[in-house]
Amino acid sequence: MLPLVATQALEVIPAMTNRIRVLIAKPGLDGHDRGAKVIARALRDAGMEVIYTGLRQTPEMIAEAALQEDADLVGLSILSGAHMTLVPRVLQQMRQQGLAEIPLVVGGIIPPDDAVALKALGVAEVFGPGTPTTEVIAFVQRAAGARP
Amino acid sequence: MELAELIIAGDRRAIARGISLVESQAPAARELVAALYPHAGRAHIVGITGAPGVGKSTLVNALALDYRRRGARVGIVAVDPSSPFSGGAILGDRIRMRDLAGDPGVFVRSMASRGNLGGLARATVDAVTVLDAAGFETILVETVGAGQAEVEIAQAAHTVAVVQVPGMGDDIQAIKAGLLEIADVLVVNKGDQDGADQAVAVLEAMLSLAPPRVGPSGDAWTPPVLKAIATQGAGIAPLAQAIAEHAAYLERSGQGQQNDQARAARELHQAVREALWERFLAQAGSELAAAVQRVRDRQIDPYTAAEQLLRDAEP
Repeated sequence: MLPLVATQALEVIPAMTNRIRVLIAKPGLDGHDRGAKVIARALRDAGMEVIYTGLRQTPEMIAEAALQEDADLVGLSILSGAHMTLVPRVLQQMRQQGLAEIPLVVGGIIPPDDAVALKALGVAEVFGPGTPTTEVIAFVQRAAGARP
Repeated sequence: MELAELIIAGDRRAIARGISLVESQAPAARELVAALYPHAGRAHIVGITGAPGVGKSTLVNALALDYRRRGARVGIVAVDPSSPFSGGAILGDRIRMRDLAGDPGVFVRSMASRGNLGGLARATVDAVTVLDAAGFETILVETVGAGQAEVEIAQAAHTVAVVQVPGMGDDIQAIKAGLLEIADVLVVNKGDQDGADQAVAVLEAMLSLAPPRVGPSGDAWTPPVLKAIATQGAGIAPLAQAIAEHAAYLERSGQGQQNDQARAARELHQAVREALWERFLAQAGSELAAAVQRVRDRQIDPYTAAEQLLRDAEP
């Protein structure tokens, strides 16, 4: 894109408004955040504003952050195997905060059966290892753009 | 209920949506600011600025905890830079603010600078108005990691804390012309590291050379230099105390009123400039594009071209 965005203060305002805001969080106890960071960086390079919350977030913290940040989409990275416990609790907390309409996506090591189960619970998409970042970006743009 | 009423009532979802709206700079954003403006102006706005990595977010976290212990509700706006290439941003200030989670007396909002170069986003002042109108008594504004010229915070906040760390050595000399001049309070964070006392001494020596800052009443304010270890919460209560003393000084000396007047003038002037620019674009956008080509080809200089465009655009 324009290499000059920052130096054209007035002219670029239209281009700099209405950015997609994505919250990336790591719930639970595993400390492997490389995947989360790679995705955060890819979404940033696609022009999105990525709020990165860091490690060991509780479902309550994630829903609260999604609310305060007015996120258009929430992405969870889980490599601990605890996704069937953590994801339903995040969904529940988000519903409690009135955020049921905000799409939730999950990335990490999720067996296919679990992915089906998570989607049935209300998860918008599940991304396994090796998913090209372009695929994630395209999905996020579609899902977040559809938000009223 | 309308968005503005919900915000004034303290509805957290409405506050979040309201901040997004002012960030969008849509026409409805102006209506929202208009509705909230009479309800704002009660909060004490504290700016936290300093170079990247000095511990601004951690300090904001510790400071907010201290205010919460005293019962004040705290709004936080934390600004991180937008990429000048993609326009995207990684907003990571929440990582250091996890102690504040689950407290309904705290509202944390991350903001991308969106091409603005002064250390804040263009909508930061309006986001502060949203939090102010929602009843947060103290609002902490964390700037992007600032070097020398990111001094916009001095206009947006009542009290500015400039954060430094030990071991910047001669860099302190480089920084002092810009950032240090706007400091109402100076903090040497990571105060357990080698050279902390020396950093304090250097700053105090620098301040002793500065002319005294005298308010309209003749009262002077000398910025205190405080040592802190934000990760441990050490030195935070004295910092909160210094900020409170500065607030009292602003009140007592008449300096606060003078600052408010200057702030109002600047905000109004900026609004006029932007409105004029938008009107001009609507009227003469295509002529402007043509003139850009002529300037590029050196058929005309920018000043003469501007005069011509403005003359033609007049009603």
